[in-house]
Amino acid sequence: MGDPRWGLNITGLSKCFDRPAVDGLDLQVKAGEFYALLGPNGAGKTTILRMVAGLLQPDAGTIEVFGIDVKRNPIAAKQIIAWVSDEPMVYDRLTPFEYLNFIAGLWGMEPKDSESRARALIDWLGLAPFAHERCGGFSKGMLQKVALAGALVHEPRLIILDEPLTGLDAGSARQVKDVLKAKVNEGVTVIMTTHILEVAERMAERIGVISHGRLIAEGTLAELREKAGMTGTTLEDIFLTLVAEDESATIAAA
Amino acid sequence: MIAASPSLAWFARHELALFWRDFVAMMTAGRPQRAVVLVAVLLIVVGVAHLIANAFVAPWAATGVGPDPATLVLLSGAGALFVSLMLSQAMESVTRAYYARADLDLILSSPASSRRLFAIRTGAIALTTLILSFLLAGPAIDMLIVHDGPRWFGAFGVLAALSALSTALAVVFAIGLFALVGPKRTRLIAQIAASVVGAGFIIGIQAVAIVSYGGHSRFALFQSAEVVAMAPGSESLLWLPAKAAMGDIPALVAVMALGFGALAAVIFVTSSSFGRHAIAAAGVSAARGRQNPAQSGFRPGSAKQALRRKEWALLRRDPWLLSQTLMQVLYLIPPALLLWLNFGEGAGAVIVIVPVVVMAAGQLAGGLAWLAVSGEDAHDLIVSAPVTTRMILSAKIESVLGAMALVTAPLILGIALAAPVAGAVTAAGVILAAGSATAIQMWFRVQAKRSMFRRRQISSRAATISEAFASIMWAGTAALAAAGSVLVIVPATIAAGVLVLAWAIRPRAA
Repeated sequence: MGDPRWGLNITGLSKCFDRPAVDGLDLQVKAGEFYALLGPNGAGKTTILRMVAGLLQPDAGTIEVFGIDVKRNPIAAKQIIAWVSDEPMVYDRLTPFEYLNFIAGLWGMEPKDSESRARALIDWLGLAPFAHERCGGFSKGMLQKVALAGALVHEPRLIILDEPLTGLDAGSARQVKDVLKAKVNEGVTVIMTTHILEVAERMAERIGVISHGRLIAEGTLAELREKAGMTGTTLEDIFLTLVAEDESATIAAA
Repeated sequence: MIAASPSLAWFARHELALFWRDFVAMMTAGRPQRAVVLVAVLLIVVGVAHLIANAFVAPWAATGVGPDPATLVLLSGAGALFVSLMLSQAMESVTRAYYARADLDLILSSPASSRRLFAIRTGAIALTTLILSFLLAGPAIDMLIVHDGPRWFGAFGVLAALSALSTALAVVFAIGLFALVGPKRTRLIAQIAASVVGAGFIIGIQAVAIVSYGGHSRFALFQSAEVVAMAPGSESLLWLPAKAAMGDIPALVAVMALGFGALAAVIFVTSSSFGRHAIAAAGVSAARGRQNPAQSGFRPGSAKQALRRKEWALLRRDPWLLSQTLMQVLYLIPPALLLWLNFGEGAGAVIVIVPVVVMAAGQLAGGLAWLAVSGEDAHDLIVSAPVTTRMILSAKIESVLGAMALVTAPLILGIALAAPVAGAVTAAGVILAAGSATAIQMWFRVQAKRSMFRRRQISSRAATISEAFASIMWAGTAALAAAGSVLVIVPATIAAGVLVLAWAIRPRAA
């Protein structure tokens, strides 16, 4: 059993497809922290998160979620993790209510507790008028809200979100952000990838920048500014500078 | 500056290029080196088909084929069978032309003429329908040309005309449905109608043959003296296609003018409404089915039960499954009729239906298993759940086999009441065929959306062929076992061999 103070503790994580996607990554996220993982397209962010969620087997390294080794004890780890991808994992022919019922069953929840939680989530996310309509004709925003409700219904301790705001309108994006903030306030650990840097800047307590499967910078916004030597600049400027430096270093090393 | 709208020829080139690339990808599975093997296999299949056709055609041609009443009835009957297949294929394709989105949204949002697109796509449907009929009837026509002379080239012209006519009728049917029941119900009704038309005529002929003559051949009815005697005189227009097929030039011209004229007229009259109907069809996908909230309370149960319930709910609500199941049920009507006629008369005739039920069970189980095992819309969700892969798969298999038990139990019970041994054999055959099809789908499972169901057969040809062979062999095993033949060991061994081979060539996890 590892250190349960870490919501997520990754050491020496590697995954290679036709080229290294994740390259000896070390990453620690504190319990109850909101952590944003940034990186250019193809940097390895989604691969990292999929390995944490148990959707992909690492080639090397260890992943611990609240002290539970994901590889050795995947069922216990999955019990406390929720995975939300940019493409909502929802069934066209189930209603939101049926979908939440299904997830509650899949996570082995007591129907009495999970039903009241599902109803509360449906109300909270503004899905009540559509709770008994099949998801087939829902908009992207509504589907993402259904998926988010599914992720929360089993009360996870770690929520992993891969580009959850992609394609959402301002109202839906605000709702998702409010839900995530509330969950962090309740002590839930949230790790999110996003290309919307303003979201990371405003919401995340710490930010990690990934490039070529490696963590090239990490810290609070102030710490990142200091590291990049760019006082008073936006996260976007810092991010672009860090990534460009890493790109140059990689080309020089090749 | 405003650019000119793309011409018919431009659309035709575009469609042809897409068709060719789809065809090559389907046949070679992205591996061009397979093309050589494929061509060799096709040549062998064509050769064997011609040999089989020759066995039927040569003796008939040797007696001299003329436009006598018996020949006209036989050719017209055979032609009607082809028309039912062509019409079914065309109805399905036309419905898809309206409802499948693919590139339709892109084209409809462009300033290109939707009228021209529809004209080209309707022509393409007629062409693919024609290819299907050529593949099926070609060997027999070739052998007739060899044995009875080039006058039979006319048969190809008749097939082309009937393909055009079938496509025209399918378009009129679809447009009629849009007008009568609206876009929401048109797709479902058209799918069911296509299944009924495709299977219905053949099954109807079988049923009449069973009732009238106790036989089980599609052509028994056409060869009976009673039907020939009842047929209209040789001057009737009904025989035009048959006469045209035998090389009567005026008849051929009339048939081709009718077929192609009907298609041209239908395209001309209906193509202007294509964009409107296609846009109306697009609105259907945004419509949402509503469930009764009173029945939607959370239900207790294990993760396995939750998975099974989910699978059954999705299977129940799957529109593609409806037409496939309907097709299987339709094919069971003639044997059911035979069962009814022979009820209480011993096991003799009942044995005929045993393999049909087993075969249908194998095919249906294959479809259900694909939907449950491979057609998972929320794959990541299931994999990220705190349950083992073994448990997920076993729940999915149980849901498939449960659904199969529900569908086949009444038939097995009916057979068992007529002949207990045949009933037991059917039950065993259904279990083996359904189990084999499910196992093959498990071994060849791929992650896909349920909406890909129609294309499941081309995603793995090895799985499709293994599934079909296993079902056929278990059907043969059941038939021979019910008949008490010692030869039962032959198909049973082949079926087991097919399963071993399928297991050996299954894709390994990376």
